[in-house]
Amino acid sequence: MAEPFIHLAGVRKDYGGHPAISDASFDVMPGELVALVGPSGCGKSTLLKILAGLHAHDGGELRIGSATHPFDPGRDVGMVFQAPLLLKWRRILENVLLPAEILGLPRAEARDRARGLLALVGLAGYEDKYPYELSGGMQQRAAIARALVHDPKLVLMDEPFGALDALTREKMNLELLRIWKEAGKTIVFVTHGISEAVFLGTRVVVLTAGPARMADNFEVELPHPRSLDIKTHERFGDYTRRIYRHLGME
Amino acid sequence: MNSKLTRWTLALLAHLAVLLAWYLFVRLGHVPKFVMPSPGATLDALLEPKYSWWTNVAVTGTEIFGGYLLALAAGVALALLFTWSKTLEAFFMPLLVSLNMIPKVALGPLIIVWFKYGVLPNSIMAFSIAVFPILLTTARGLREIEPELLDLVRSLKGSRWQLFAKIQLPGALPYIFSGMKVGAILAVAGAIVGEFLGSDKGLGYLMLQVQVTLDTPAMFMAVLLITMIGMLLYGVVLTLERLLVPKDARIG
Repeated sequence: MAEPFIHLAGVRKDYGGHPAISDASFDVMPGELVALVGPSGCGKSTLLKILAGLHAHDGGELRIGSATHPFDPGRDVGMVFQAPLLLKWRRILENVLLPAEILGLPRAEARDRARGLLALVGLAGYEDKYPYELSGGMQQRAAIARALVHDPKLVLMDEPFGALDALTREKMNLELLRIWKEAGKTIVFVTHGISEAVFLGTRVVVLTAGPARMADNFEVELPHPRSLDIKTHERFGDYTRRIYRHLGME
Repeated sequence: MNSKLTRWTLALLAHLAVLLAWYLFVRLGHVPKFVMPSPGATLDALLEPKYSWWTNVAVTGTEIFGGYLLALAAGVALALLFTWSKTLEAFFMPLLVSLNMIPKVALGPLIIVWFKYGVLPNSIMAFSIAVFPILLTTARGLREIEPELLDLVRSLKGSRWQLFAKIQLPGALPYIFSGMKVGAILAVAGAIVGEFLGSDKGLGYLMLQVQVTLDTPAMFMAVLLITMIGMLLYGVVLTLERLLVPKDARIG
């Protein structure tokens, strides 16, 4: 059995004396796409920030990286948020290059890589546009390219499609699976969409609020590559019911 | 393109119309020259060497541009300092808001006591009146950064300087320019008030000198030249904004 890329055992985080997360224990293998699902206030965004190295945890064990997949916390994290957060005074290509600039990566190589990534996310030809010239879904594609430009080992996504309309969201889910396959990254994906979590995840971690704790962690045994048809699969229904049960919505 | 040309033409026409109205009013109303000179009489004053126009323009221009540049540098630097230290901001910001309430014109006599009269105190006058809008809008602009963008930079261990240079400053530029535009107008007023209060050179000083002899054409010419200095400053600010801020991000 290979070593996990991310290992959490009893990770806890307190806010003002109350636990914002407790009992978070799960492993993520290299190249997995893990969906963290739960209601508002379950601490899923906080957990993501802990993984990003932005917050310290207050208890438990957290390890990222392994002998075969070393991890440098300063340069191996890519982040995507609910809002694209593109810099409106920069053209798309320059926006994608931002992390490479911050890390001081060689310019010419980074530009080539950025162009390649824009093609990967379906934005070839938009390099010289300004963000306002792109739709919300296209801006989010650019944000994904930006999160990949410095070739990080871990990509953290905080409800990246939460602000998109339902149709665009389904389309972006399919796109993300394709990008994930091609880029070969480990992805941790925070969402409150239950079917989105099952559709995307190789693994689903369920967090509940009040009390904030980890309620479940299971592997999603659905075939890849996945298409929207999979939502009619019997096991898809079983997984979503399992999550609903934890969230007390059955 | 066509609509741009139309807009320029209309703007020019509006200015010419005022000039024409001015001319007709004086001409048809038989208004005496010491009450209101005609455009022609005003222009004649420009040819009169005794007013030393160019020296006075240079002095007033130096006061306005000097005071303004000082206000820009100090305003942006202080605002930056405030975004780096919450304590400094909490300490100084309320104080600055109070200081901003002081009518700067009322400081004029004090500035003369402290700095005598001349170019320096008038620049200080222009500075003191222009610095607040620049400081306040810049501080606001630098604060506008989205917290997630901050997370993005911090997750890459970006430096404070990178955050400022790549995100905060360009993001604040539309705000800085809106403060700069207000400041430009105020700097002109500040310098002229300074010259009214105590000076031995400059267009404001000249106006007081010729006022006693009811030399209205010279006063008109002085006002026109002051306005043109102000328009030059404002034009420089607008041009810089056009070059540095994408159209979508500008604040009207």
